[in-house]
Amino acid sequence: MAVAVVGLAATLAGCSRDLVVLLPDEDGKVGQLAVRSDGGDVVLDSAYAASEGGGFTGPVTRTAGEAEVDATFARALAALPAAPAHFTLYFTEGTTNLERDSADEMQAMLDEVARRAAPEVQVTGHTDRLGSVADNDRLARQRAAMVRGVLIRRGLAGSMVRAVGRGEREPLVPTADEVREPRNRRVEITVR
Amino acid sequence: MSVLRTMLVLTLLAPLTAAADIGQIKTLAGGVTVLRGGASIPATLGLRLEAADVVETASDGEVGITFVDNTRMSAGPGSRIELARFRFDATTHDGEFVTRVRRGTLSVISGQMAKRSPDAMKVETPTSVLAVRGTRFLVKVD
Repeated sequence: MAVAVVGLAATLAGCSRDLVVLLPDEDGKVGQLAVRSDGGDVVLDSAYAASEGGGFTGPVTRTAGEAEVDATFARALAALPAAPAHFTLYFTEGTTNLERDSADEMQAMLDEVARRAAPEVQVTGHTDRLGSVADNDRLARQRAAMVRGVLIRRGLAGSMVRAVGRGEREPLVPTADEVREPRNRRVEITVR
Repeated sequence: MSVLRTMLVLTLLAPLTAAADIGQIKTLAGGVTVLRGGASIPATLGLRLEAADVVETASDGEVGITFVDNTRMSAGPGSRIELARFRFDATTHDGEFVTRVRRGTLSVISGQMAKRSPDAMKVETPTSVLAVRGTRFLVKVD
């Protein structure tokens, strides 16, 4: 009889039942997830906090077991793509020449691209605030284009590399205008 | 001359076309299909996705997607995931991202949009709306 009642509840809810589970972030911190439904709102904010909806009673909150999570979500979890990887290359003043100690970072970036099955790369060029805004826009674009060229010569399709310049607009280290700052003469790269 | 002009127009158009891309298929196994405006596209590694695409996995299928705001999402077998709305400003990180899970299992690690604004990213199930505040979570819909 109890089984029949449960079955009926599921039927009345349109045969649809949801389960939501909050996981700790990759760095171990736990975020927050607000679950809103006709039956009421709940906020999940602890590791493995779960909300189940779809019955008569509105959402039911509980803690999911790791074994249950593995059993239900193993395939979905296995398919998660690798985290985007970030690299920063530094340049000598007024040029598109890499600083010598950025060569390893360039190689690490190229290795990361080679490791991925379907890589796409976003390249953003920056300058310090020495020189005019217009000149720095051009230089930032040229720095990004240099990195894009290296990737394409290594065999990555041009459609998979986006290169833009941000000029002196986004300094890593804020400075007054016309200040030389090596840490701002850079290209930031995201490999997805 | 007209060929040159055509090439110039195509060159100018290219960034606009690219702006419609919201993410890319990064992992793939078994049968996975992307439904786009009435067409059914077999998924391939590297396939670029657009807003309003629907991703379906067969009973042997699984798929992983990385979006342009660095959100990562993956679906297990027997899933139907609708990428209903997606808008992202790469400079300000403002935007809107609405995903609907019709059936199956979904794993999510949110990206820059959810970090920027707690109302930007929502995942809808048949009975609820999830507002994402920078986090990792799982959704199952029977």
